[in-house]
Amino acid sequence: MNVLVCLKRIPLAGGTLILTPDAMDIETKYLGFGISPHEENAVEAGVQLVEQMGGTLTLLTLGPSDAEEQLRASLAVGATRAILLETDGQEWDPQGTAAALVDAINAEEINFDLIIFGAESADSAGYQIHIRVAHALARPIVTNVKAMRIENERVSCERVVPGGREYYEAPLPAIITVRDGLNIPRYPSVPGRMQARKKPIDIKKAQARIPKLVKLNLTVAPSKSTGAQILGTGIEAVPALVAVLKKIGAI
Amino acid sequence: MILVLVDHDRGELDPLSLRAITAACKLEASVEAVVIGKEGAGLAEIVGQYGAKKLHVANHGALSDYTPMASGRALKDLAERLKPVAIFAAGSPRGNEQLAHLASFLDLPMAAECSEIKFGTPHIVSRARWAGNLIEEAEVHSELLIASVLAFATEPVSVNGPSAMIEEFTPNLEDADSLVHVISRDNGESSGGVTLTDAKVIVSGGRGVGGPEGFGNIEALATLLGGAVGCSRVVTSSGWRPHLEQVGQTGTKVAPDLYIACGISGAMQHIAGMKNSKTIVAINTDPEAPIFKYADYAIVGDLHKVLPALTSAIQEAKG
Repeated sequence: MNVLVCLKRIPLAGGTLILTPDAMDIETKYLGFGISPHEENAVEAGVQLVEQMGGTLTLLTLGPSDAEEQLRASLAVGATRAILLETDGQEWDPQGTAAALVDAINAEEINFDLIIFGAESADSAGYQIHIRVAHALARPIVTNVKAMRIENERVSCERVVPGGREYYEAPLPAIITVRDGLNIPRYPSVPGRMQARKKPIDIKKAQARIPKLVKLNLTVAPSKSTGAQILGTGIEAVPALVAVLKKIGAI
Repeated sequence: MILVLVDHDRGELDPLSLRAITAACKLEASVEAVVIGKEGAGLAEIVGQYGAKKLHVANHGALSDYTPMASGRALKDLAERLKPVAIFAAGSPRGNEQLAHLASFLDLPMAAECSEIKFGTPHIVSRARWAGNLIEEAEVHSELLIASVLAFATEPVSVNGPSAMIEEFTPNLEDADSLVHVISRDNGESSGGVTLTDAKVIVSGGRGVGGPEGFGNIEALATLLGGAVGCSRVVTSSGWRPHLEQVGQTGTKVAPDLYIACGISGAMQHIAGMKNSKTIVAINTDPEAPIFKYADYAIVGDLHKVLPALTSAIQEAKG
C-alpha cells in the first residue's frame, strides 16, 4: 500500500486575525505555523494504513521552503518521505496548485494506491484542488470522509451529512478527503522526531502557471462589535433570559 | 442568463439553493435553475416562486442519488448548450463539490463562498476565507463565472413567480462519472431528535460543561425548546459527545433562530460555525470569554446552576 498525503503550511491563528499593511496576507510575525486540522487526520490515516498493510507514506506540499517544518513534523509521526514543491512564498491559485501537484505525482516512480487530502484548508477554503487532481489523474474521489476501510482493492467510506450518514465505495487507486473525527492524530515521540531529521525530503522548484483566480486584497470580516447585552450574573439573570426567549418567540 | 444548481436529496430541496437563486436574481433578470436527477422536477414550483424561469432537469439512470462527478458532467453539458454568464450553487459541501467537478471538466477557475459578485472582464468577487473571518476580493479570469454563494450571506426572497417551466435533458455521462455514488445510508439523529442543520434552536456545550454527564442539563433544555444538542470541538475530541453534534469549521455550520452557547469560550473555529445564528445567548463563567463579543445576550455564571433554573423557569412560563 503506497499512500500519498497532501498538506499545506498555514499560520496557526487562534483568536483575532491581523493583516499585513498591504492587506494581502495575515500578519504572521507573532504566529506559529502548522497544518489544517483535517490534514492532521489525513496524516494519521496514512500512518495507520502503512502500519496495518505495509508500504510507504509520502507527504506532498506546495509552499515556501519553510514548509519543511510541517513536513518534518508529519515525518515524525511515521511518514516515510516527503516532497516539497517550493514556491516563492506567494499564494498560488487552485488551478495552479492542482496542476503542480499533478506534475509531481506523475513524476513519481511510486504509483500511489490512495491519495488523501484534508477536507478543506483552514485558510483559503477553495473547495476544489482535490477534485481537480482527481480529474487530472482520472481517479475516483470521495470527499468529506469520516470513517474508512480498505478491503479487496476498494476503499469504503462513510460521509456524515445532515440527518445521517452516507456510504460510498471506490476502487483503488483512489483519492479521498478526510474530516476531523476520522481518527485521533498521534503526537510525535522523541525517537520519531530524531528519525524525522534524517528522513528524505525531495525539494523541487514548482512550475508556476498564470493564475485565473487572482487575490486583490483581504479584509477582516465585521463581527457584532457591540458585544452582548449582559443579562446578569448566575441564576438571578434567568428571568431576564426567559423574557428574551419569549420576545424572540422561542417559548 | 445565470444558471443556478438547485441541490436536492432525492427530491427534497436544500433550502440554501433558494438563497443562491436570490443572489442570482439580484445580478441578472434572467435566471434559470437546474436539478440533477428527475426526482428534482418536483421543485419547479418553489424555484419559480423564487425567480427561476426554467427548471432544467438532468434525467439519467445514473443520477437517482448523489453522484457528484456525474453532476459536474451534466452541468458541463448544459453550460455548453445554454452559454450562461455564470453558474451558481449554494456554498454547501455538496454545492461546492459539484461546481468543482464542473470547473475541473471545463478547466475553468471557480470562486467558492462568494458574498459579492460583480460581472466584468475580469469578474470581481468577494469570498469568505478563514472560516468566514476574512473576506478576499479577487479577480476571476474566465468568461463563464463558476461561483458558489456564501451560505447565509443572502436571505432568500420570494418574487411570487410562476412555476418554472420544466425542460428535461439527458447528459452524456461516461462510465467513470458515476463510479462514486451513495451506495447506502442511515439516519443518525442527534439526541434531541432534531438534526443540527434543521434545528431552529441549538443548545451547545463546550469545555465548561466538564464532562459527558454534564450534558444532561443541555439535553433537557434542548428537548424543552424543541431543539438539538450541539458542542464544540474539544467536546468531541475528548469523546464526551458524538462528532455528529460538533458545530464549527471542522464540524457542522449552523444558523438557527436561537443558539445557546454554554461553557463555550468562543474559539474562531467555533464562531465560524454558528455566528450566523439569529439570536445568540452565551452562558459562561468568564466575563472576558470571546463568545461574549459575538453573542446578543449573555449571562455570566455557572451553566450547571443557570441551566436547571432556566429549564424550570421555562417550564413554568409554558404552564
